Amino acid sequence: MMYAILCYNNEAEVFSWSKEQDEAVMGRLAVVHEKWEKAGKLKPALRLMPTSAAATLRKSDDTVLDGPYAETKEQLLGFYIIDVADLEEGLSFARELAVANPGGAYELRPIMLYLPGAEAKAYP
Amino acid sequence: MTDLAWIEAAIAGARPQAVGALLRYFRDLDTAEEAFQDACLRALKNWPKNGPPRDPAAWLIMVGRNAAIDAVRKTKRETVLPEEDQISDLSDAEGAAVQALDEGDYRDDVLRLLFICCHPDLPATQQIALALRIVSGLSVKQIARAFLVGESAMEQRITRAKAKIAGAGVAFETPSAADRSERVAAVAAMLYLVFNEGYSAGYEEQSARAPLCDEAIRLGRLLLRLFPAEPELMGLLALMLLQHARLPARFDGEGAIVLLEDQDRSRWDRKAIQEGLALIDKAIRHRARGPYQVQAAIAALHARAKSAGETDWAQIDLLYGALETLTPSPVVTLNRAVAASKAHGAEAALAMIAPLAQRLDSYFYFHGVRGNLLMQLQRNSEAREAFDRAIALANTPAEAAHIRQHLDSLMADAKK
Repeated sequence: MMYAILCYNNEAEVFSWSKEQDEAVMGRLAVVHEKWEKAGKLKPALRLMPTSAAATLRKSDDTVLDGPYAETKEQLLGFYIIDVADLEEGLSFARELAVANPGGAYELRPIMLYLPGAEAKAYP
Repeated sequence: MTDLAWIEAAIAGARPQAVGALLRYFRDLDTAEEAFQDACLRALKNWPKNGPPRDPAAWLIMVGRNAAIDAVRKTKRETVLPEEDQISDLSDAEGAAVQALDEGDYRDDVLRLLFICCHPDLPATQQIALALRIVSGLSVKQIARAFLVGESAMEQRITRAKAKIAGAGVAFETPSAADRSERVAAVAAMLYLVFNEGYSAGYEEQSARAPLCDEAIRLGRLLLRLFPAEPELMGLLALMLLQHARLPARFDGEGAIVLLEDQDRSRWDRKAIQEGLALIDKAIRHRARGPYQVQAAIAALHARAKSAGETDWAQIDLLYGALETLTPSPVVTLNRAVAASKAHGAEAALAMIAPLAQRLDSYFYFHGVRGNLLMQLQRNSEAREAFDRAIALANTPAEAAHIRQHLDSLMADAKK
């Protein structure tokens, strides 16, 4: 079974960590990562940039809003990881997706740290 | 992380919102600060025992408000309120109530707290000191260290600044849209002052002052979360991130300044650069150019160049042209001339700065740049004169030493 684990925390607090605190947390996480990666069970992991760097494409009227997706009526149903030149190219991709699958929104959040993890295996 | 470390981070993260809300309740800065301090002391006792509250800001606001009211009631010999132990686990219902109470005002609370530090009667240094004390919660000792003054002198300065804003009266009604955007602009300018206070530090002052840059960036992110559609706030945050990214490469082993074109770019902070670039991408979509965005765009072109030789100087020249239109100043023109010299040659740049000679006659950089351009054109005796003038006007030994290198190379040329 494959799972996506979504990480939630208080943003104002996490971005108030000192450099040393941040490094200490990342260091402790790295120990856990390494163990599960060696077992071939940890796939890509990532740390997102603060929500102040996010933009959101509202599919219904093709509007780009600044900031994260704030509505709570919809649920998180999936996500993509893309590697593009800039926000515009990212939006082009999101717009193509929106045509194929209207309804809801896509939040584009830049990735701060990308860990590829154990080599991806085919979905069982 | 130790208990104390995460509590400190939680308090720091919650501080602007909590002090801002308490200020709205009590309409008095000292009372609000005392109430917050009280709540923090209780948090230090309570949180390790009961675990972190889900919403530290809501907890601190509620406990701070109760503590202050409690103090009043005690003096009036009335019944005391329940201890915070009983509200340590803010149930969802209570949490929602606090949130409903605050959500609408939260944005204006934080903005108000930042804005009172921008009082036009306060000189820039006092604005910065006040913001660091009130909004960021830095200790007087830390602030004094950053400004290289004694603790008691800084204490006095902050007390005087507080008295001034208390006398000036603070507007507590919900601001109009126009007022709000004026406040945002004033606060943005103040944040950039805080940033520059850290960024302009010399090598020896780095450890004391660099935290000011981090703090300005943290507040910049907070402000943008509150006003997510303000392109100039995106520009400001991007500018600060892109400049801060170069910090690890700005000084050599001996503490001498390393100029942008000589910096080891592998030491630049890529994470900060990526965040800055993402913010510029967002800002550009608004098609509402402003000085922070243009300066950030210039910084972005430097950040994108893999080596100094690959810098897009023609584009930087154009951006400085745009900045000249937005905020005309001889210093902007001088900066533009440096870009123009790389894009179009020293002759063109020299013509560009010629009209500035009178206004910038006592400005170190003007003579440094002029000497450099003259040197490129092999007008060596004129270059030497300009460099001599620059050395006479240098603010720091590092600046003088840098110009002396040019003079040395001129001498070496002359001997050939």
